[in-house]
Amino acid sequence: MVKVEINGQVIEAHEGDMLIDVADGAQIPIPRFCYHKKLSIAANCRMCLVDVEGAWKPLPACATPVTDGMVVRTNSPKAIASQKSVMEFLLINHPLDCPICDQGGECELQDVAMDYGEDVSRYTEAKRVVGDKNAGPLISTDMTRCIHCTRCVRFGQEVAGMMELGATGRSEWMEIGTYVEKSIDSEMSGNMIDLCPVGALTSKPFRYTTRTWELKAHQGIAAHDSIGSHIQVHSKNDKVMRVVPHENEDINEVWLSDRDRFSYESINAEDRLTKPMIKVNGEWKATDWETALQVAIEGLQKAVGNDIGVMASANSTTEELHLLQKIARGIGSENIDFRTRQVDFSADAKGFHTPGLATAIADVEKQDAVVMVGSYLRKELPILNLRLRKATLKGAKVIAVNPQAFKFNYDLEQIADDNGMVANLAGLAKAAADAKGDNDALLANVTATDTDKVNAEALINAKNSIVMLGQIAQSHADYALLTKLAASLAKNTDSELSILPIQANEVGANLVNFLPANGKNAAQMAQGMDAFLLMGLEAADFTDATQAGQAFKNAGFVVNLTAFDSEEARQYSDVMLPIALFAETAGTFVNINGNKQSFKMSVKPQGDAKAAWKVLRVMGNMFNLAGFDYTHTNEVLREVLDNRSTTLALAHLDAEMVSANNDSKVVMVAPYQMDAMVRRAPSLQKTPDANVATMVGGQD
Amino acid sequence: MVYQNENCFRLNDQERSYDIDVYMANGGYEIWKKVLAGELEPAEIIEQVKASNIRGRGGAGFPTGLKWSFMNREAPGQKYIVCNSDEGEPGTFKDRDIHRYNPHALVEGMMIAGYVIGASEGYNYIRGEFWEPYQIFKNAIEQAREAGLLGKNILDSGWDFDLHVHLGAGAYICGEETALLESIEGKKGQPRFKPPFPASYGLYGKPTTINNTETLASIPMILAKGGKWFNDLGVKNAGGTKLYSVSGHVNSPGNFEVRMGTPFKDLLELAGGVWQGRKLKCVIPGGASTAIIPAEKALEMNMDYDSIANAGSFLGAGSMIVMDETTDIVKVCRNLSHFYWDESCGQCTPCREGTGWLMRVLDRIIDGKGRPEDIAALKDVSGKIMGNVICGLGDAATIALTSAIDHYEHEFMHYVEHGCSIFDRK
Repeated sequence: MVKVEINGQVIEAHEGDMLIDVADGAQIPIPRFCYHKKLSIAANCRMCLVDVEGAWKPLPACATPVTDGMVVRTNSPKAIASQKSVMEFLLINHPLDCPICDQGGECELQDVAMDYGEDVSRYTEAKRVVGDKNAGPLISTDMTRCIHCTRCVRFGQEVAGMMELGATGRSEWMEIGTYVEKSIDSEMSGNMIDLCPVGALTSKPFRYTTRTWELKAHQGIAAHDSIGSHIQVHSKNDKVMRVVPHENEDINEVWLSDRDRFSYESINAEDRLTKPMIKVNGEWKATDWETALQVAIEGLQKAVGNDIGVMASANSTTEELHLLQKIARGIGSENIDFRTRQVDFSADAKGFHTPGLATAIADVEKQDAVVMVGSYLRKELPILNLRLRKATLKGAKVIAVNPQAFKFNYDLEQIADDNGMVANLAGLAKAAADAKGDNDALLANVTATDTDKVNAEALINAKNSIVMLGQIAQSHADYALLTKLAASLAKNTDSELSILPIQANEVGANLVNFLPANGKNAAQMAQGMDAFLLMGLEAADFTDATQAGQAFKNAGFVVNLTAFDSEEARQYSDVMLPIALFAETAGTFVNINGNKQSFKMSVKPQGDAKAAWKVLRVMGNMFNLAGFDYTHTNEVLREVLDNRSTTLALAHLDAEMVSANNDSKVVMVAPYQMDAMVRRAPSLQKTPDANVATMVGGQD
Repeated sequence: MVYQNENCFRLNDQERSYDIDVYMANGGYEIWKKVLAGELEPAEIIEQVKASNIRGRGGAGFPTGLKWSFMNREAPGQKYIVCNSDEGEPGTFKDRDIHRYNPHALVEGMMIAGYVIGASEGYNYIRGEFWEPYQIFKNAIEQAREAGLLGKNILDSGWDFDLHVHLGAGAYICGEETALLESIEGKKGQPRFKPPFPASYGLYGKPTTINNTETLASIPMILAKGGKWFNDLGVKNAGGTKLYSVSGHVNSPGNFEVRMGTPFKDLLELAGGVWQGRKLKCVIPGGASTAIIPAEKALEMNMDYDSIANAGSFLGAGSMIVMDETTDIVKVCRNLSHFYWDESCGQCTPCREGTGWLMRVLDRIIDGKGRPEDIAALKDVSGKIMGNVICGLGDAATIALTSAIDHYEHEFMHYVEHGCSIFDRK
């Protein structure tokens, strides 16, 4: 520890800490632009120049390590003169178009200029004008406003691992841009909007809709993957205007995936269902809640005794899923499921295993080796992928057993040949078993290659390691077998075994037992049922969308709790009950680490739509079921936590080795096709990741 | 009398002085062989270089022996010796002629320097426009390699050394040593912030010593004749000979190798004196980044660090830009401002924005649209760049201009008041 004096205040600091961090810790303000705590030091804006005793010139606080006895003044005449000089230089070529700039009100340049700028510029020469770049459907550019801090460039290089932006040219004509005119395709691109201190990079979907000071901020939890990123929902007049990340060092740090940032657009989609609808003699009629619920209950009651299929999206809240399964079981149906993209359910015979990751999200950075089985993690769980990327930068070995080589943003070993995932994973598991003298009968006829042996050795030697099964594995025809092989590999390499939950609340769905204990699973239900009770689901959520759509159409009666009014839903539903979307309801998501993250309602649901948990509560009462007298989501949650489901020991799974390569049967899902909301977010739909054919790395 | 061509230019009058046989016939590579044979220890070499009192010839004038002693020869890991032949400073063209006339002195100097600091690899970064010198130097490397003086296990000494040439692409900023390193690494040429300095974090993140061409090319002679010999050629605070590039309004511009401390008058005479019988107005003594010295002071000064500092400027790289009495100093400043504006790397704010501001104000003054407050603004903006930037380019952009206003403010005022140059007849 060293002692530093800043503005007369003596502060203890670690030797080598940068001055700006020490000052920040002591709440001594130093203006800055290029500095960002999550990015490398550039020291190019020069705004943080401070007066250090013994140095003839002012030093940048962001790049000056503290030493013992250092005496610093951030507000001496010399320091202030330098800071004001830099401010004047930054403003001479800045357009000062704050009245028409989206950044206005949350602009770092504006804020700092309040303290360090002059009222009137004495620069009377022509100002620089820079051509705007087309950066794609998510980011709007106004490059004349750019102050060349290079935060966006460093983000791409250092965090997103995709060098999409760079500085070209010299002097005044140095420009930030994409090297060749191309859009910014990173799944994390929206973070550049947050990082940009000025209005050079702004959100295209949000642009020109609101002044930022008119917005109301609400804490929320992101609803499109199992990470449970912390967000702020910004609303105006009860309309969601945008979503931005909320800092949480343990989960999403300061980042947010594009999927979680831009999906809010669908809340305000044209095809929101805003009134309860019933089908009368083949004609759709808007009606009131009472009538619609009456029709729904009567219809379902008629079906009682027959096969009623109850399915929901895993992006539903824990409370919603709990109530829905309670109704299902109350009316005698065990046909309950959310796993619409799973094909192989053979493991169900032994029970259910709750997906999740025991290693804390933040500790994924500390892994020494990770095996991904059937996962394009970068698109499935972008935030987790960033953590894994950091681990690789520290030297971690990542091995991916996939049906094809994907375009990851870090170095890894991809095993993706014609032998197929089963054979490749078996080889690896065999090598580990041999190394540990394990005579696993499952692997009796498997031979490990030399590469397998090297990889197994690396896993065995790794202090911290994980074997994770991703979405591709979970929708594989040999899922149970892959799980068993992964379990064997994990056991013999002393690694954590993780089945990655993909959607926001898969863990919650397991907790509330939204699973078919003795009933039909999602795939069986998709072959046809007498009646359906659906929540937040569409045919497109199924591996075989055509088959699912047909099953819904053929059913005698379909009650559809949905936020969207689509032609397809009209064809197969009999009652459509409008429900709230994620920012419109209170509830709880259980994330990949099992963290129960509750959130409040940010805005009122659109039209007559209601929070689904409230709708289900009323339905429960109308069915005369006991225990549906909740007044708050907390009560529902308490009930859930009191009766958790048991988990299945994966090592005891039944599975036989197969020689067939079923990789080609896997139906890949593009990241922006994952749920009904993202499918309706127009800006996301304009990006390459909107479908598998154009997805970054999807076709390699 | 004025002594000439005692060091880097000693072979200039010989045919094909760039060939290895000519160099070797004149004692070339003898030192290198002694070094490899273990007859000259690194510590002894550093002592000789310190004794020679040679200061970095790239412009900063940092004592070379001291710089070398910063490197820990025995530390494990790769180290590099880098030669800065970017020579972008306006008015400087001395290193070009070292490549053309005596490339083997540079090769030998780099190999010795590499040996001293424990670097088994060297890079010579040559200015992009220097195609002919680049070819000659490449040829010199090949000759040295064929002669077995370069490569693996040189002359069975167990020592490896390899030399690479890197041709720049024309950016002035790549002459700044850390921008040069970035450029060699294949990145955008822009300076790194320091610390860390190259001696701890240099090329590819490894300890690196960067010296100027003339410095390195002087090493073989220093070691052949002894540090004392070199020191005695010069003056108290700077030993040896120095190459001066003389350009501008003289009859015979060119490079002149004379002793440190040679009177400016004598150097001007070697260059044939001021042209067209005119009088001297002023001189920029060390390249475009140094302050202008008016004639009366210039004619009294000697060509060494201290004497030029007394005259109010800096020896820099020894690049004399001579201006006669008809020179419009405002246009000179405008020309230099344009250069710095164009060559700023654009990385840090004061230089990126400030150099353009200076240039545009000067443009306007020359256009006859100057305002009285412009002159104060030029000084003020210069002051706001100075010291607030990452590297020396921003500072350099203000030095000649500020000195010009100090010495010739009336010429600027004439533009502002009359809308034309003091030399324009009305």
